[in-house]
Amino acid sequence: MGLLKQREVLLALAILVMTIGIAVRFPAFVAPRNLASVFNDTAPLMILVIGQMMVILTKCIDLSVAATLALCGMVAALLNGLGFPLPLIVFCAVALGAVLGAVNGVLVWKVGMPSIVVTLGTMTIYRGIVFLLTNGKWINAHEMTPAFKSLPREMILGLPVMSWIAIALIAGFAVVLTRTPLGRAFYAVGNNPHAAVYAGLDVGRTQAVAFVISGALAGLVGYLWVARYAVAYVDIAAGFELDVVAACVIGGISIAGGVGTLAGAMLGAVFLGVIKNALPVIDISPFWQMAISGSAILLAVAFNASRGRAKGRLILRREDTP
Amino acid sequence: MSRQIPDRLQSPLSRFLRSWEALLLCVFIAVFVINSYASPYFLNAWNLSDATFNFTEKALIAFAMAMLIIAGDIDLSVASILALASTAMGLVMAAGHGTPVIVVTGLVTGLLCGAVNGVLVAGLGLPSIVVTIGTMSLFRGISYIVLGDQAFNGYPSDFAWFGQGYVVWVISFELVLFTFCAIGFGILLHCTSFGRTVFAIGNNPTAALFSGIRVARVRFILFLLTGVMSGLAAVCLTSRLGSTRPSIAMGWELEVVTMVVLGGVSILGGSGSIPGVVLAAFIMGVVTFGFGLLNVPGIVMSIFLGLLLIGVIALPRLIRRR
Repeated sequence: MGLLKQREVLLALAILVMTIGIAVRFPAFVAPRNLASVFNDTAPLMILVIGQMMVILTKCIDLSVAATLALCGMVAALLNGLGFPLPLIVFCAVALGAVLGAVNGVLVWKVGMPSIVVTLGTMTIYRGIVFLLTNGKWINAHEMTPAFKSLPREMILGLPVMSWIAIALIAGFAVVLTRTPLGRAFYAVGNNPHAAVYAGLDVGRTQAVAFVISGALAGLVGYLWVARYAVAYVDIAAGFELDVVAACVIGGISIAGGVGTLAGAMLGAVFLGVIKNALPVIDISPFWQMAISGSAILLAVAFNASRGRAKGRLILRREDTP
Repeated sequence: MSRQIPDRLQSPLSRFLRSWEALLLCVFIAVFVINSYASPYFLNAWNLSDATFNFTEKALIAFAMAMLIIAGDIDLSVASILALASTAMGLVMAAGHGTPVIVVTGLVTGLLCGAVNGVLVAGLGLPSIVVTIGTMSLFRGISYIVLGDQAFNGYPSDFAWFGQGYVVWVISFELVLFTFCAIGFGILLHCTSFGRTVFAIGNNPTAALFSGIRVARVRFILFLLTGVMSGLAAVCLTSRLGSTRPSIAMGWELEVVTMVVLGGVSILGGSGSIPGVVLAAFIMGVVTFGFGLLNVPGIVMSIFLGLLLIGVIALPRLIRRR
């Protein structure tokens, strides 16, 4: 019974039930090759969720991830056009992402602005810069070198490189979050900022670090996204920041900070990924996807809150009876 | 260190001169003067009247949003409520009903959407930012399910008056509506006990609860109000465009929040004023219109608005630190 009470286990069961339900009518959906492609399709979301999760753990929110992704992807495509070598392009995308994240971080840390206002602003600014870079023109597949386009799709041991990058990052950040002072600092800062200060942690600095990591990951996904779909334009991944936040919320990351696990967040991303890939298979119009993910967010947050509330009531009752 | 308590209070005039609203007024005058030098077409009654359409509909939502943010909540689903209300109006129109039924449908849909948000936030005690990110997907998702890639056209000709009609000379119906709502919300927020409770809740919800304010009920009413105003904006926008697409008013939630925050409302709740929001609406309208006359593309304007949002909030914080 104890195992069933864990949010991650319940979410995994929900995904399993959903997948089995689809498989009963459409066995092809659970063929290993298709599952691998669902995973690969979800990889960009998972990578972004890692970064967003850390930001949310520290009581902030990063609404600029999709715009950062678009800007870094566009810059990667432009550098490729200028003949830069591929490793340098990837490095530049990640570095630019980190810088854009640092802008958010510094505004939150040094100026003390609420993160939602900062990232609302930078989201429109970054997206606007993408437009300024090319004057709104698209960079199409034939303007990209073959090496640039093929890297995310290169197969290693039956999985594309993009999937391997996601797996490596998940493994790496699982260690960071649970086994390093930085990872613990994210939880501490979000759980109780005042206590974190007394424990010797710099709250603003920790939040800024989370933003830098989120930005760097968004930069990496920017390259992967542009290379995989072989096109760069102003509106790449428009509105994707909401999917990223949704995956975190579904995965049990509390928007109030300090609560949630990487496993949960990843399951949240997989949940959205399975829905997105299953809709065409079971022949439901893709127009349903938005409403379904909205309902999933509401159910998840209501579910998480109903479990948290029991504790709060107990404290009040104890105060009432002296 | 001793604290000094002034034996003479500031005169109302000097208090106004130091206020946020005075700064906004200066910005507005500056932008207005610069624009009239930059383009010969700016100072023209009809052109200026056209310019008001840039902000009247958004401002209708912003008034209610300002009260919601002052009370410490936020509603990111307003643009989706608008889309759903517009879709409902389209359905009613397609069923052959006349203008009165269409308008009432828009308002009632807005009210119901607001009630959904209100029940989830005030009733179940869920965080408003997560709930409204969820309903933002859900409401617009329903519009997509209904419409797909189709659109509703062919609204009755008398329906067009709400968005295209003029009351006298260059004064449009929307401008009159904007003025009445500004006065109404100004009185509601600044001159009634309900308005005081909104400030009290935003400053300290626990203290408000213990001083006998029915916090949950006030928050619920504020969500209802935001829903209805979104419905009203849906009537105006649908009437002005003469059609409904599921992507109608995409991204407006950010512009509305920008308008509110620019108007001096603290995103953390507890302070703000309706005159500030009115001035912010005028500034955003004049800026967008002026840039439009100079053939600046819309996305560049959004960069400017993003910078304005961040600059306007960062500056006072930086100055205060000195």
